[in-house]
Amino acid sequence: MIQAILVFNNHGKPRLVRFYQRFPEEIQQQIVRETFHLVLKRDDNICNFLEGGSLIGGSDYKLIYRHYATLYFVFCVDSSESELGILDLIQVFVETLDKCFENVCELDLIFHMDKCNCWVIDEASRRKKWEAQRHQQVHYILQEVVMGGMVLETNMNEIVAQIEAQNRLEKSEGGLSAAPARAVSAVKNINLPEIPRNINIGDLNIKVPNLSQFV
Amino acid sequence: MALKMVKGSIDRMFDKNLQDLVRGIRNHKEDEAKYISQCIDEIKQELKQDNIAVKANAVCKLTYLQMLGYDISWAAFNIIEVMSASKFTFKRIGYLAASQSFHEGTDVIMLTTNQIRKDLSSPSQYDTGVALTGLSCFVTPDLARDLANDIMTLMSHTKPYIRKKAVLIMYKVFLKYPESLRPAFPRLKEKLEDPDPGVQSAAVNVICELARRNPKNYLSLAPLFFKLMTSSTNNWVLIKIIKLFGALTPLEPRLGKKLIEPLTNLIHSTSAMSLLYECVNTVIAVLISLSSGMPNHSASIQLCVQKLRILIEDSDQNLKYLGLLAMSKILKTHPKSVQSHKDLILQCLDDKDESIRLRALDLLYGMVSKKNLMEIVKKLMTHVDKAEGTTYRDELLTKIIDICSQSNYQYITNFEWYISILVELTRLEGTRHGHLIAAQMLDVAIRVKAIRKFAVSQMSSLLDSAHLLASSTQRNGICEVLYAAAWICGEFSEHLQEPHHTLEAMLRPKVTTLPGHIQAVYVQNVVKLYASILQQKEQAGEAEGAQAVTQLMVDRLPQFVQSADLEVQERASCILQLVKHIQKLQAKDVPVAEEVSALFAGELNPVAPKAQKKVPVPEGLDLDAWINEPLSDSESEDERPRAVFHEEEQRRPKHRPSEADEEELARRREARKQEQANNPFYIKSSPSPQKRYQDTPGVEHIPVVQIDLSVPLKVPGLPMSDQYVKLEEERRHQQKLEKDKRRKKRKEKEKKGKRRHGSLPTESDEDIAPAQQVDIVTEEMPENALPSDEDDKDPNDPYRALDIDLDKPLADSEKLPIQKHRNAETSKSPEKEDVPVAEKKSKKPKKKEKKHKEKGRDKEKKKEKEKKKSPKPRKKKHKKEKEERTKGKKSKKQPPGSEEAAGEAAREPVQNGAPEEEPLPPESSYSLLAENSYIKMTCDVRGSLQEDSQVTVAIVLENRSNSVLKGMELSVLDSLNARMARPQGSSVHDGVPVPFQLPPGVSNEAQFVFTIQSVVTAQKLKGTLSFIAKNDEGATQEKLDFRLHFSCSSYLVTTPCYSDAFAKLLESGDLSMSSVKVDGIQLSFQNLLAKICFHHHFSVVERVDSCASMYSRSIQGHHVCLLVKKGENSVSVDGKCSDPTLLSNLLEEMKATLAKC
Repeated sequence: MIQAILVFNNHGKPRLVRFYQRFPEEIQQQIVRETFHLVLKRDDNICNFLEGGSLIGGSDYKLIYRHYATLYFVFCVDSSESELGILDLIQVFVETLDKCFENVCELDLIFHMDKCNCWVIDEASRRKKWEAQRHQQVHYILQEVVMGGMVLETNMNEIVAQIEAQNRLEKSEGGLSAAPARAVSAVKNINLPEIPRNINIGDLNIKVPNLSQFV
Repeated sequence: MALKMVKGSIDRMFDKNLQDLVRGIRNHKEDEAKYISQCIDEIKQELKQDNIAVKANAVCKLTYLQMLGYDISWAAFNIIEVMSASKFTFKRIGYLAASQSFHEGTDVIMLTTNQIRKDLSSPSQYDTGVALTGLSCFVTPDLARDLANDIMTLMSHTKPYIRKKAVLIMYKVFLKYPESLRPAFPRLKEKLEDPDPGVQSAAVNVICELARRNPKNYLSLAPLFFKLMTSSTNNWVLIKIIKLFGALTPLEPRLGKKLIEPLTNLIHSTSAMSLLYECVNTVIAVLISLSSGMPNHSASIQLCVQKLRILIEDSDQNLKYLGLLAMSKILKTHPKSVQSHKDLILQCLDDKDESIRLRALDLLYGMVSKKNLMEIVKKLMTHVDKAEGTTYRDELLTKIIDICSQSNYQYITNFEWYISILVELTRLEGTRHGHLIAAQMLDVAIRVKAIRKFAVSQMSSLLDSAHLLASSTQRNGICEVLYAAAWICGEFSEHLQEPHHTLEAMLRPKVTTLPGHIQAVYVQNVVKLYASILQQKEQAGEAEGAQAVTQLMVDRLPQFVQSADLEVQERASCILQLVKHIQKLQAKDVPVAEEVSALFAGELNPVAPKAQKKVPVPEGLDLDAWINEPLSDSESEDERPRAVFHEEEQRRPKHRPSEADEEELARRREARKQEQANNPFYIKSSPSPQKRYQDTPGVEHIPVVQIDLSVPLKVPGLPMSDQYVKLEEERRHQQKLEKDKRRKKRKEKEKKGKRRHGSLPTESDEDIAPAQQVDIVTEEMPENALPSDEDDKDPNDPYRALDIDLDKPLADSEKLPIQKHRNAETSKSPEKEDVPVAEKKSKKPKKKEKKHKEKGRDKEKKKEKEKKKSPKPRKKKHKKEKEERTKGKKSKKQPPGSEEAAGEAAREPVQNGAPEEEPLPPESSYSLLAENSYIKMTCDVRGSLQEDSQVTVAIVLENRSNSVLKGMELSVLDSLNARMARPQGSSVHDGVPVPFQLPPGVSNEAQFVFTIQSVVTAQKLKGTLSFIAKNDEGATQEKLDFRLHFSCSSYLVTTPCYSDAFAKLLESGDLSMSSVKVDGIQLSFQNLLAKICFHHHFSVVERVDSCASMYSRSIQGHHVCLLVKKGENSVSVDGKCSDPTLLSNLLEEMKATLAKC
């Protein structure tokens, strides 16, 4: 079982917090903070497992994490999960995010948040918009990968297909931001310069062996 | 209305959306909390608006705030509102918020039951999916009980997307409602062979999770899993199965034997490291389980170790880590095969990754033997020197001590070496583990008599260089070793080479900078030392020398008298006076040495850590009995000590065997004598009680170290531990030579004898005789102590409840609470036929069911009856009620179906006030549609909020013949007002095929959607079910006519409503009113409301005494409000509705229902 999935950035700001066991909000924040301090200490070129011990659930649990540029993806799992399997799962999750957001090319932005700091204000606001809209999206995508703490689907194409179908459905209903709100944001964004599309994410440094085996 | 809408959307323009919120939070970095509380206020305003889009937006923002750590439980009801929105967009937002914030303590959660049930049966797979996902996060025991059957039906959904979610969520349902496990298990098992890989993997997932907790119940599935393992190509599934086998093999060694071969094949063939790793892990588990029975699996072990070596050698740190992890598992049972890879593991100590180094250290702990201990420790010592960062160095230090001291110093052959190691470790800077080293020094010095001389010499040089250790006061912890050093030098002062020198070292002014407890030990041991010096000098006749030592004491002790530490001060003052007294005596030339030494006469012997506890309570002594009756007025104060005694007593075996044996008598005598010896008022028979004590026969019980020192080594100065390695080698060589000689002799004697393994050049552990011996202090347990296995089990373990025997046939009482029909457990999908095992299992209960039905005793039968007619007054039900009561108050009465949410809310006050309320009989919303000798049709009509003007008709088809029914097709004659939804491209006259076949005795549910033009009047539609009945004699075409009745109530959808919203609605005044009155009603008001809720899809808004307001909504958005009042024998119902025709029709239907009560 997966106990919790945390995504936070290099500054420990939570991007996604998903617990599959009830914790009060303040404990959740505390766990995020502690986990952040644990993984922050670790170099990128050392192993991705942490015997979490006191953090969540005791000695049966492990923290398995991956670090991509500015984001940490941390899964807290018990001994029924295969360590390497979960590493691959994180990879699948991240690649799915990548795929789902491809058309806006904004995963790049979050990947390179620190490099983006020099951008003009408008860029920055655009970035925030991403966070806002995607916060829900990321949750929806995660829901197609893990359900109630158990791995639901590992086939990326299947996940993407379901997400797209649901987004189409939402679009056909008009979406949450109905026409007026959209008009407002259209006005707001009217002078945005072209977002650089050539940010390269080649330095992701993916080291999962044989990912193809799982697809 | 339209104006309102426009106004709503204009308002929306000024609302913040999530994006604005995030931006705002960024821009208010300084006063974030204030900004957010402002936002929350805004959100509260937005939630009050009617516009669902505004609400959804607000809930969306709340979800984000929840992530930032804000409690949003206050918005639970609004979240439910958004969940019940008809649009998927909003529904999804609502369910996400619910899954993030709901938990078992959320009280409004029970209001969701109906909404979720509706979403589960929604024609849109994504509505269902979203509901399942949400439910998986907040399912409660109540929800699990009420929805178990619905979810189980979904396990056979046509869409794999739904099937896999339904399968997965079953695990959560089992956890919350363990009774559902047995009825649901056959279907779950069937899903293991689902054609869709996703569903299959979900089923494997669930069963693995179940089996992990209670493996023995799932042993029977082993063949099925075995088949899957050899056939599946999905690595996820394979990993899960292989992990499962790892859990099963300890229970069934025969399984292990079968597994070895396919697993070995997988290990050889797979290229996925994760799979390889899990295979190796399971092979290890198998080997461990076999280790007692079958010795000959060395090939498999070799293979595992080999593969693990590859992992450890890999450049990927993760593989390295896991390799070491698995290696440590092998180590436990097959240490020899791991030991050969010592080089590799030692290499890992150099790794830059701390986790890997720690893993390697763990491994080393298990790898040491007498032979390699010195070498490994030497290597570790070099790491200690190199290590950066105190944590890792401290870890190394504790590991060295652990490794050396494990199982009573089993692997140490030379204690001088060990003492030198300990002394070397004291040079570590900034370690926190000084006390650990000190404890080891004390332990070794006390228990290994032969080493004392050497230890004392080492300790005295430590004391001599104490200024180095204590120089910087904050060299945290390492000065602790001085505690041990001072004690050892004092206690065993007879071994000191230059006691005078040591004495001076201990009296240096610098000592006063040490922590108090160490100074105290110094002071105490200075006297011991002084005593022994005194004795030496007197024996040698050096009176002056003796006086000089006394003078030294008198000069130096005052510095301790001034200590701020009470303990030090007290001891020092005491001793100073003593020494001054001695000085006086010395001045008179009185020999004092004898008397001073008498202060410290006797030897301290090591006692097992638990020995004190093991001292038996003497016969006839009741520790609980009061010696003096407690004073009555001080009772409260006595409470505490009393409790302590009680606890003590429980730990001790209550009853001692009365026939005390010799040993015990002796022990008791000893205790008595000792007591007498310590009693100053007791006239002793011998002047030296201590000596006598040692001579008494009873003393063997006290574990005493016996030392047999064969090769006393005398190394002058402060030796380095390294030289011992060399010495040890020589010693071993010597031993070996001797042994070989002996062996040769023996060989010559028994020439015919078998060749011995021992003659191989490698020496085994046993060949190395230790230089010194340690007596193993075994820790006895009291005779009556029980092994504490049972304590390990946590009574609150949620998985315990799932320890259920799955092979027993299902009993009727075990069926899932079903609000509608009983097809669930017995229904079969066509693909089931190729699963003979599963079929057999599900058949059993079915047969039983039939039998019971004939007898007319079965509950189902009753339900059946109630479907035909509406519920009638109960008779002869006492028996059943009794049963139900005994079944456990926990599950109470299963309130049928859709009444649940509203009914529960309404029933609560009544339960408090009048707990003796009679429960309603179980009801079903399914009514009989038509039946003949082949088939029976029951149906339920439900409105759907998702699609305007649509109703879903769920028809349960039950095959009552012994033929297989197939090719079923439902054709309905459309009317102007109602039309059946048909697959694209089919004409109005075409029938809609039923998507399943029915084997004999099986029932299943099919759903059909109808579009309704106007909902204000009831509808009747004619239809025909045509099917082919096929049995051994052949196939016949059959048909069954039916009339489908859409009542106005069936267009209503249970919608929760707040009382203020309700009031507003009534205020608006655009509703027309009408009322009915029914006389002669005996039913309690409570049950009456429940009936209205159930049959007419209303929910209770508010209830005061025997008056209640109720609300519902039609699928086309008509509001229907009711005011129900109960008089003596009558009930009056006032209704208000946006459509007068609908209202009057509804009231008529209601009247009919009530009239039947």
